[in-house]
Amino acid sequence: MPLLRIEGVAKSFGNFRAVDKLSLDIRAGEFFALLGPSGCGKTTLLRMLAGFETPDEGRILLGGNDIAQVLPHERPVNMMFQNYALFPHLSVRDNIAFGLKRAGMARKDIATRVAEMVALVKLEGLEKRKPDQLSGGQRQRVALARSLARRPQVLLLDEPLAALDKKLREGTQGELMELQRRLGMTFIIVTHDQEEAMTMAGRIGVMDAGRLVQVATPRNLYEAPASRWIAEFVGDINLFSGQVTARDRGRLTVTTTEAGTLAVSELWPPVTKEAVSVAIRPEKVKLSRRAPATDAGASQAINRLEGAVIDVNYLGGITSYRVKLESGAVVRSSMANTARLDVDAYLAGQRVVAWFTADDCLVLEQ
Amino acid sequence: MSARRIFARPARLAAIAPYLWMVLFFLVPFGFVLKISLSQTAIAQPPYTPVFDFSEGRAALAAAFAQLSFDNFRLLVQDNLYILSYLRSLVVAVTSTLILLLIGYPIAYGMARLPQRWQAVAMMLVIVPFWTSFLIRIYAWINILQHDGLLNQVLLTLHIVSAPVVWLSTDSAMYLGIVYSYLPFMILPLYATLSKMDASLLEAAGDLGASPRQAFWLVTFPLSLPGVGAGALLCFIPIVGEFVIPDLLAGSNSLMIGQTLWLEFFTNKDWPVASAAAVALLLLLVPPLVLYDRLQRRQLEANR
Repeated sequence: MPLLRIEGVAKSFGNFRAVDKLSLDIRAGEFFALLGPSGCGKTTLLRMLAGFETPDEGRILLGGNDIAQVLPHERPVNMMFQNYALFPHLSVRDNIAFGLKRAGMARKDIATRVAEMVALVKLEGLEKRKPDQLSGGQRQRVALARSLARRPQVLLLDEPLAALDKKLREGTQGELMELQRRLGMTFIIVTHDQEEAMTMAGRIGVMDAGRLVQVATPRNLYEAPASRWIAEFVGDINLFSGQVTARDRGRLTVTTTEAGTLAVSELWPPVTKEAVSVAIRPEKVKLSRRAPATDAGASQAINRLEGAVIDVNYLGGITSYRVKLESGAVVRSSMANTARLDVDAYLAGQRVVAWFTADDCLVLEQ
Repeated sequence: MSARRIFARPARLAAIAPYLWMVLFFLVPFGFVLKISLSQTAIAQPPYTPVFDFSEGRAALAAAFAQLSFDNFRLLVQDNLYILSYLRSLVVAVTSTLILLLIGYPIAYGMARLPQRWQAVAMMLVIVPFWTSFLIRIYAWINILQHDGLLNQVLLTLHIVSAPVVWLSTDSAMYLGIVYSYLPFMILPLYATLSKMDASLLEAAGDLGASPRQAFWLVTFPLSLPGVGAGALLCFIPIVGEFVIPDLLAGSNSLMIGQTLWLEFFTNKDWPVASAAAVALLLLLVPPLVLYDRLQRRQLEANR
């Protein structure tokens, strides 16, 4: 039995179906991310878990008990709000103690727990400050401490890092993961930032139009997206539509208008339709001046696409290239800058061969 | 002339304008009243002595100045008529403000929680009575409250009372009139603070285990205190000096200071005593005004 089981939960606002018969299991101690574009229903789902919205149908089982109709203040679940929602008239200490007082904890125990929380989020010395006397990063820590203080069975985090600048966000991601591991608590985070979800979460649930379209580990989500939409939503990808023209022991031949005939390894489950898209991530597309001689491994088919570099973007760690094929289609390729001086860097206008193996391609139904 | 100067001059003028206004329309008249309050009553035109005549030279002016005394203020303390009037004014103002708060807070709270488009309608409904003259509205109340007025007719028809009730010329009628007239001044500042309140704060309170009632008393109410302060002072200060409503609706056995002032000025023609009472009233109102200013400043700082 998972800690949290969401069963056929649906919620509409007027005619808008925000969450559509969604089911999901979350295990105890898991760091789970709900990822999706804005308006996909991820925040509504989170708010139903917190109790701020009541599902129209379905059940939410926490440790076996249906909490779908339980009021927010009676749930063993806490939420960290996107805007932090700190009480402006209360000090850091009183903000953190708020939930403990409501739980009827003894005064002495409250003081101990608050001190523990303040130390946990490294806010020592700021206990008497009011929220408006803190920096954005400090406020974020108070919000985190406040939501953790009651030791909830599940901590819900609504875009917890959205208000921080990039540098601070990256540091805080690491701290959140470390905290979650140390406390062994179940975290459910809502984010629209796929990099954030992939960095922190053990599993990611991708939502689109109120439905969960894929639940997978970050690697599986990236390397084996379940649909064309997910492939495009998570990371960059090159897509070529075409028809399956031959099928031979797990190897498909796909004829595309834009990139000619491509050899693709078939994944499980096999595609059933003829009309497919071949997808290849930019970092798996290599460039060379001449076509690679033969297949390295005997079984590896190599797809070669000839074209000319149209632009080069140097991004520090990687350089991304756009190569225009004869068909007019553009293929993106990114290569790690492994050496400081690169005499072999390609220039715009240069003719190149973009190549990739059959195993690096994905075949997705249209 | 440098660009900075061109811009600096109108800016400086704009900064002076409110002070100029204060001097011209508050300090100068206050100086006159203060001077009269230190004079003695006389059967003359104007009805007090001494009168400063700047054409009669410095010695005469000095002699006139020497005639000024604090006798009238002494009278204010000695004759309990004035002290009782002040006390009644304070009691009426405090009571009315509390009633206004009890009625105005739920209304403002309800307004702030309406859907956005209904809030504008509710706001209009609060302001609309201002379009009718204040006096006419008070006379309308006299009509409703009189012996054969609407209120008694309704009560008799519904058999709640068997004989007409005397409403007019009672404290109840006066409180009704005051609360009715000042309610918008209580509602508007309360509504302004309550509608600005972040809804996620209440969700956070609920999330942390506070019942809706606890969330109200621990979050909403403390955060609305600046509005409570502004509304209370906006009502309290003018009610202390209120004259028309008690004069038209209350009985004549005890007077508010506004009524006593009016009597001294127009019936007794004792300008100096009336002026002394007015100066004392002003001094009485200064502490709440300073308090109001402080509250506002603190709110401004909080909203920074």
